[in-house]
Amino acid sequence: MRLSINGKEHVVNEVDEATPLLWVLRDHLGLFGAKYGCGIAQCGACTVHLNGTPVRSCSVPVSAASGQQVTTIEGLANKDGSLHALQKAWIEHDVAQCGYCQAGQIMSAAALLKSNPKPTDSDIDAAMAGNVCRCGTYVRIRKAIHSAAAQLKEGASS
Amino acid sequence: MNVVEHPIVSADDYVREVLRSAEAQLHTARMDRRAFLKVIGLAGGGLVLAFHVGERNSAHANGKSLFAPNAFLKISPDGSILIYSKGPEIGQGIKTAFPLIIAEELDADWAHVRVEQAPINPAVYGRQSAGGSRSIPMSWDQLRRAGASARVMLITAAAKQWDVDPSECRTERSVVVHDASKRRLTYGELADQAATVPVPNENTLRLKERGEYKLLGTRVTGVDNLAIVTGKPLFGIDQVLPNMRYAAFEKCPAVGGKVRSANLEEIKKLPGVLDAFVVEGTGKVNEVMPGVAIVASSTWSAFAAKRALKIDWDESSASKDSWSKAVSDAAKLAKQDGPESLRTTGDLDKALGESKVVEGFYSYPFISHAPMEPQNCTAWFHDGAIELWAPSQTPDAGLTAVAAVLGLPAEKVTVHQIRAGGGFGRRLINDYMCEAAVIAKRVGVPVKLTWTREDDMQHDFYRVGGFHSFKGGVDKSGKLVAWSDHFITFTNDGEKPTSGGDLNPEEFPAQLLPHVRLTQTKFPLKTPTGPWRAPRSCSIAFAVQSFISECAVAANRDHLEFLLEIMGEPRWLQEGNEYALNTGRAASVIKLAAEKAGWGKSLPKGHGLGLAFHFSHAGHFAQVAEVSVDANKRLIVHKVTVAGDIGPIINMSGAENQVEGCVIDGLSTAMGLELGIENGRIQETNFDRYPLLRIANAPEVAVHFIQSQFPPTGVGEPGFPPVAPAICNAIYAASGHRVRTLPLTKEGFTI
Ligand code: FES
Ligand code: FES
Repeated sequence: MRLSINGKEHVVNEVDEATPLLWVLRDHLGLFGAKYGCGIAQCGACTVHLNGTPVRSCSVPVSAASGQQVTTIEGLANKDGSLHALQKAWIEHDVAQCGYCQAGQIMSAAALLKSNPKPTDSDIDAAMAGNVCRCGTYVRIRKAIHSAAAQLKEGASS
Repeated sequence: MNVVEHPIVSADDYVREVLRSAEAQLHTARMDRRAFLKVIGLAGGGLVLAFHVGERNSAHANGKSLFAPNAFLKISPDGSILIYSKGPEIGQGIKTAFPLIIAEELDADWAHVRVEQAPINPAVYGRQSAGGSRSIPMSWDQLRRAGASARVMLITAAAKQWDVDPSECRTERSVVVHDASKRRLTYGELADQAATVPVPNENTLRLKERGEYKLLGTRVTGVDNLAIVTGKPLFGIDQVLPNMRYAAFEKCPAVGGKVRSANLEEIKKLPGVLDAFVVEGTGKVNEVMPGVAIVASSTWSAFAAKRALKIDWDESSASKDSWSKAVSDAAKLAKQDGPESLRTTGDLDKALGESKVVEGFYSYPFISHAPMEPQNCTAWFHDGAIELWAPSQTPDAGLTAVAAVLGLPAEKVTVHQIRAGGGFGRRLINDYMCEAAVIAKRVGVPVKLTWTREDDMQHDFYRVGGFHSFKGGVDKSGKLVAWSDHFITFTNDGEKPTSGGDLNPEEFPAQLLPHVRLTQTKFPLKTPTGPWRAPRSCSIAFAVQSFISECAVAANRDHLEFLLEIMGEPRWLQEGNEYALNTGRAASVIKLAAEKAGWGKSLPKGHGLGLAFHFSHAGHFAQVAEVSVDANKRLIVHKVTVAGDIGPIINMSGAENQVEGCVIDGLSTAMGLELGIENGRIQETNFDRYPLLRIANAPEVAVHFIQSQFPPTGVGEPGFPPVAPAICNAIYAASGHRVRTLPLTKEGFTI
């Protein structure tokens, strides 16, 4: 099976087609950013992009990702290697506690900002509804998304 | 197999080298446990100070207690400053807070400071665990002295080089400065030289006054943030070893069930499955319970095979616990006292006879820790020894447990502590480590055991549910004078209350009132329970602080004033004991929370403010919640204002983050979390039926600290207990509905 992940082509053998994309990323390709939290599309810890749309990789069979563009947190940084505005904002606002959910949070937020560069609080509520943070960092997640949006706008206008 | 391998980053080798050198030097000198040891003869040079942090120094030689270092400060010639810290990071921020304390007294440039974690060796390091908000209070003095000692040595080295008096030198951002001659030397340039000067006598050290702090109390971002936001393999579940296998383990859903038979042959034929076998276990819930292990070539193969398992369980001695039965049995006991007395003060019956009497029956459910990262452990048994990579809160206890389960001497067990994706008390118990050890011993190659979320929720050490039947007596002047609580809890052993299910006779407000009776009933329980973020306090505060509000209403008094009156004169109930309530500190946080939240302000209809206070884990915390409730009982928590006193704040960003997290966790738990238990089985086994709070419902949180002169204490837990009662008291103010049962969904509320 052929997979395109973060712009790189991979061939995975000996994987059952029904295997969730999450486990192929983690166990076969060594990409550990997407996390296992629930396995039933409830927590968002496993969020990656499929052709730019956030999906719960624990519930997407790898066969459905074959031939599509998959982006994981490892591939989120800008082409020049600098961090994505959201990654920077996450560091500056010191969002993480345990940090386990945060790759998934950032991937959901990245998809939001792509389609909606200036989200309101309720846009954020809707786009981030699928991501649980057990440590309760929501206050900071909201702030970091707003601040990354402002950064991106500044970057675009300069 | 198509496994990608990555090296496990570990500080172990260097730390062992330091330790060996330190031990060699200690052989010749017996040292006081508070002393600092300059470790010499290490590769790479520089200044290395070894010292001991924590409460206990458990190294003994020939029966004599010896100084045993468990933390190291290293200043390298390249200017980097590294500290080796002994305890686990579980999201509480200790990996950032520890080096901050050293860096402050050292006057280090924070950008030069790194921290790495030490290997697990309780014989040397003493306690190596995270729990009870203990990490900071036990290490504060030693970390400060370590930084100050190294700073003096660097100044001494510079002064020698310049041939000036050390008193003419000062330090700033990793540089020693001689102002008169405008000369400067960096710590890196001085590191080798500093290693040759003697360690200063600690009595001559001058520690900074609060006003001189440059780092402490500021907002410093977490040291692992970059790795977190780029998805680096930081966590236990991310560990990979060469030739590693993946394991899953199925236990009986009713605790205590044993495997009679299983479809092992069928399972072994499934794709990717390498082996499947019955594990007898030790029969202890904190070690290994009976079950079936599956070893496979990937996590998914193991999980898929686990689902195909058909096990015939012998449940003759398994749990038959029923929460619904406990609820109805408890209700029947509400009108009477319990058979055991926990506290009697004054003459309760007489006082109640002369008072206006208020009654209330409160209950709260069992809940799960549900840390975001399910339990997991990687283990490798080879050559008669075992090595484990464990995201544990108590890796020290885990080492001992694994040694016992495998029948190995402790020195044959090596444990690497790995960042944990949340703890909340769950990872104080190392059952998953013991399971991984048993499986690893059988397969003989590295193996990573991963629990499914369903395993995690069905095999937790739960926060125990409970019931309080209160009576309060308010005298003619409106003062609370009488208090009785029939506490209904559970017991696993028929004697003691189950872990987390005990009521301290000194619990507020019993210790402050003239007429008190606390009694107890214990129902038998097989379901394991354990510490859950702010154990006891996390549930008791809801009942106590809500009932105090009921008493204030009955007395026709303002809750704020009523609560302050209970506190009375400012006094420390046991002078010098940080675990004893200080009514002065309590009153200060209560007043501050009320003031910041605008207590008494006029609010739109359907809105209300609610107040609650709780003292736990040496922290005094008061909170005011602002909520609105509509006619359909839809609840919005608009804002929670928190005032806390935990002494000086080490890292403002980390401390505020913990308190924000406490508020979200408190609302999440109060709103909708509960576990049913029927026929010994946990009914909610994944997040679809365990509705953790999501971002849309997260309130604004305002955090205010009173940075008192008391030594700093931990913040991960004491911010939690007042959340639920503050919200419930606000619901009463907004709607007139008194919440006596959690979660709120039980009383018809939605969010
Ligand atoms: S692990 Fe995929 S949503 Fe939870
Ligand atoms: S930071 Fe721990 S789960 Fe979000």
